[in-house]
Amino acid sequence: MARHFENELRDLKFSLLAMAGQVEEMISLTRECLLERSNAKAETVSQLDKNVDEFELRLDQACIDLLALRAPFASDLRLIASTLKIVPELERIGDHCCNIARRAVTLNPQPPIDLGDLLHRLGGETHSMVRRAVDAFINGDGDAARTVIHDDESVNALYLQIFKDLLRGMLADPLTIERSTHLIIVIKNWERIADQATNIAEEVLFILEGVNVKHPHLQYPPRT
Amino acid sequence: MAPGVSMTELDSVPTVPEPAGIPGPAREAPLSAPPALPPRQLDIPLTEPSVLSAEPILHVEGVNLWYGEKQALFDINLEVAKHTVMALIGPSGCGKSTLLRCINRMNDLIGSVRIEGKIKVGDEDIFAPGVDVIELRKRMGMVFQKSNPFPKSIYENVAYGLRIQGIRERAVLDEAVERSLIASGLWEEVKDRLNESGLGLSGGQQQRLCIARALAIKPEVLLMDEPCSALDPLATSRIEELIFELKREFTIVIVTHNMQQAARVSDFTAFFWMGKLIEVGLTEKLFTNPRVRMTEDYISGRFG
Repeated sequence: MARHFENELRDLKFSLLAMAGQVEEMISLTRECLLERSNAKAETVSQLDKNVDEFELRLDQACIDLLALRAPFASDLRLIASTLKIVPELERIGDHCCNIARRAVTLNPQPPIDLGDLLHRLGGETHSMVRRAVDAFINGDGDAARTVIHDDESVNALYLQIFKDLLRGMLADPLTIERSTHLIIVIKNWERIADQATNIAEEVLFILEGVNVKHPHLQYPPRT
Repeated sequence: MAPGVSMTELDSVPTVPEPAGIPGPAREAPLSAPPALPPRQLDIPLTEPSVLSAEPILHVEGVNLWYGEKQALFDINLEVAKHTVMALIGPSGCGKSTLLRCINRMNDLIGSVRIEGKIKVGDEDIFAPGVDVIELRKRMGMVFQKSNPFPKSIYENVAYGLRIQGIRERAVLDEAVERSLIASGLWEEVKDRLNESGLGLSGGQQQRLCIARALAIKPEVLLMDEPCSALDPLATSRIEELIFELKREFTIVIVTHNMQQAARVSDFTAFFWMGKLIEVGLTEKLFTNPRVRMTEDYISGRFG
């Protein structure tokens, strides 16, 4: 029974990793469709989103089944409970990628707005956070998860920087307002993806250590 | 003024002076932090707050126990708080039943047993010389794995403990029988056939009869050694409900092999392995985030 359950948990982890793999693929393509102004890649992003949605349904069912049929305790319980929370985060990241890709398709035929390499860096840092959150899950690495949570601030700073640059550009040249507004939505979506990577990292810490690191300002008393 | 409204009624309504011009931000209440929620309000109270502050009633202090040459308990230290349920879990032969039997000195019946250390109920050391073992066992009700009603009527089963104390008054016995059967949740099922044999009841009913028998002498502590292991899920759930009710009045120590049961009924759980107490703590903590790796492996079914 124990070994059987062990295999089921391993399958659950593998499925979650496969889902994360699809999401990372979507992030890569999203970055490329912005950088290369490629409509084809934007189309692929929305194709992949269907797979991610399907993963969500399958993983939800698997978690409910495991909870009902195996009545897990301790770290097994934490793994399954947190999987139930990581899955929607991944699914949401997929949706954000689709949003960015849709804006990219609108922007592609129009003259570019010069943001230096900031937009590319924002995508790159966000991608890195998602990848490292997933790696922390695979490797059971709490320190890596903590680094991801910490790095959210630098993505936020980057977002604000671009936001201000876009505002300045719009004030200087009202003809850029439409394109800049699309870009603001693009960067907001990147910033949200980074938040979701943070949430995943928080769940990884819960799985590994049984601690809830969310909302530290509330100082929620740990159970002794 | 609206018709039918008297002047005095209007006067009692506090009036707010109309501001001159458009109300500006200055009139708005200053922003302040929302009132803090009491911390427990956010929790589903799986552990009642009273459990956390309960006074210990049973103290196990440095208990070592040998069956002949073989040591079965190693330096056990454990406290059980009043009106709480303590579950003892662990693989077969880990010493949990041995400890349970120490608490009402049932191990006295085994000649080769040697015990060191102290077990105190309240302030009284149960191993102190001069302790009346019969008196002690009256304070410690015990329910066993297999229900063992006497081959007597339902009424006499429950009244037995009082009868051997020499109580004869019918009114006292009646009261005790009814009270105990109500407490054990059996009264409604048997009140019209109290004179029928206890052996004619179903397995679950027999176990509740044994619980009623244990309750009749008003023990302080109820010791339960796998009370549900021979029962079907429905009877088990009735006993578990009962445990929940009984802890208002009694303190319960329960040995169980069923992790789900330990998780459902107990406030605290103690995990034993090879005669040692490995970990003890709040049940909700121990089953979600145990401190010790061995506990984790045992409760998640990886060894034992």
